[in-house]
Amino acid sequence: MITIVLYGLRESVRRKMFAVVVVLTMAFLALYAWGVHAAFRDTRQFLAPDQSQLDPDAVAGATVLGLAMFATLFLGAVLSVFLTLNVVRGDAEAGLLQPLVVRPVGRAQLLLARFAGAAGVAAVYVVAVYAATVALTWWAGRWTPDRIVSPALELAAAAVVVSALALAGSVFFSPIANGIGTLMFFGAGLMSGLLGEIGHAIHSSRLQHIAHIAWWAFPFDALYEDALHRLTIDTTGFAEFVLQLGPFGGSHHAGAPLLVWSAVYLVLVLLAALASFWRRDL
Amino acid sequence: MAPVLSVTGLRKRYGRINALKGVDLEVGSGELVGLLGPNGAGKSTLVKIACGLVRPSGGTVRVAGAAAGSTAARRSFGYLAELFRFPGWMTADEVLTLHQRLASSAGGAAERVELLELVALADARRLRVAAMSKGMQQRLGIAQALVGGPALLLLDEPTSALDPSGRRIVRELLEELRARGISVLLNSHLLSEVERVCDRVVIVDHGAVVAAGTPDELRHPGGVEIETAGGVRAFRDARREDVPRLVRELVAAGEEIYGVRVVTATLEDVYLELVE
Repeated sequence: MITIVLYGLRESVRRKMFAVVVVLTMAFLALYAWGVHAAFRDTRQFLAPDQSQLDPDAVAGATVLGLAMFATLFLGAVLSVFLTLNVVRGDAEAGLLQPLVVRPVGRAQLLLARFAGAAGVAAVYVVAVYAATVALTWWAGRWTPDRIVSPALELAAAAVVVSALALAGSVFFSPIANGIGTLMFFGAGLMSGLLGEIGHAIHSSRLQHIAHIAWWAFPFDALYEDALHRLTIDTTGFAEFVLQLGPFGGSHHAGAPLLVWSAVYLVLVLLAALASFWRRDL
Repeated sequence: MAPVLSVTGLRKRYGRINALKGVDLEVGSGELVGLLGPNGAGKSTLVKIACGLVRPSGGTVRVAGAAAGSTAARRSFGYLAELFRFPGWMTADEVLTLHQRLASSAGGAAERVELLELVALADARRLRVAAMSKGMQQRLGIAQALVGGPALLLLDEPTSALDPSGRRIVRELLEELRARGISVLLNSHLLSEVERVCDRVVIVDHGAVVAAGTPDELRHPGGVEIETAGGVRAFRDARREDVPRLVRELVAAGEEIYGVRVVTATLEDVYLELVE
């Protein structure tokens, strides 16, 4: 198992995938540091300190950190997809898979090991970038979210779900088709979450219904919105209302059933990938 | 002794295409069997089913007594695919180390050195796959297939990318493996190679075995050719013992004889008769 995990990761390193990710992440964090500093400064100017109902630091911090979480999840999803998009069909077409599959290690172990490697890297990456953005937010405005650890875990879980989807897609589709398809699926999930927030703001029950269905179909979006919700879980009043209108799909409390469903969904996607890989002629 | 590879009534359908229509085949212990046939005959499908890469539609395949595709079967053979690739960033030594781990081989560095020497890649131990010629990669593929000391070697076109000297290395290697008691199923288009090294030959066409036997059994008399003043006269059904009579008859008819040749069909002749 460890051998396959390391093999997959070394292959990714050799493809310079991690180098690209590190460069993009550093650029993102540099821009974020600049942006969050400006956000705190400007918000303090237009929100007077005597407006006791609306804490300018909470508004600036939660909004900008929420934006950073969207970017973090997006980068994590891209990393997940690139680590898994070619695991089955791509590697089989290249002739890389057959020498490994005929070994006693077997198909199930091989697939799960590749998933473990990709999902592990994506989860660690998402947590690390999230931690960096929380630290930068504190540095710029001395503001920290109401919950620090649980949003990180939910973001990591969302990236793991995307890894599983890309892995399952790799059984059926060529790498390019799988990469495009998974990222479109990911985008559709986030878009439906945004629709739900718009529906909430304009009191459209139909849009909210669509979003509720989408959370079950794309649980990574439910995890992301729940993570956003936890940033300001203790914030109340007008500030809470302002923060719910945040960019890229405001926060939403997922609730225990959706969180449990996310875990079940992950298991189901992996089982579907295993069953399909098991039956596939190579 | 039970065969190392036993194929019984093997069938495989890809949609409407019948790739294999009930193939029977055995490879005995220490036996080197050549699998011949035109493109699309079903040879690679047969080898892939034996490896567990492709699922059969019917029939049974047993490798060292275990069902093909089972963990026990996968412990018993080494496989070189027709189209394979190792990651370009790996060295020859790293490729073998990876496969040692996957095969749970305890051979360590000694096994890797021995295998690389066996395929004439001892000097390329630290060379990256990306820097190797196609022929070197093919020989590394054979070394990889031998990791863990398998009882059966399944080779799918192992000499397709090799130059004449590379082919000689593989031919000598196959003879060495036979001497060590390793069974080999060799799928190849190179009839001369198969004829030279294989104990038995199985010819497959349109998903069915059309001939099987030792190369000597498959080769048959190809008639008698007699060179006369009027040109070469061919007697396709004649045999060696017919030569004196034929010569007498031609001389009696006033012909002058300049030479006589008893023709024996090569494996290639037999193959072309069967598949064309």
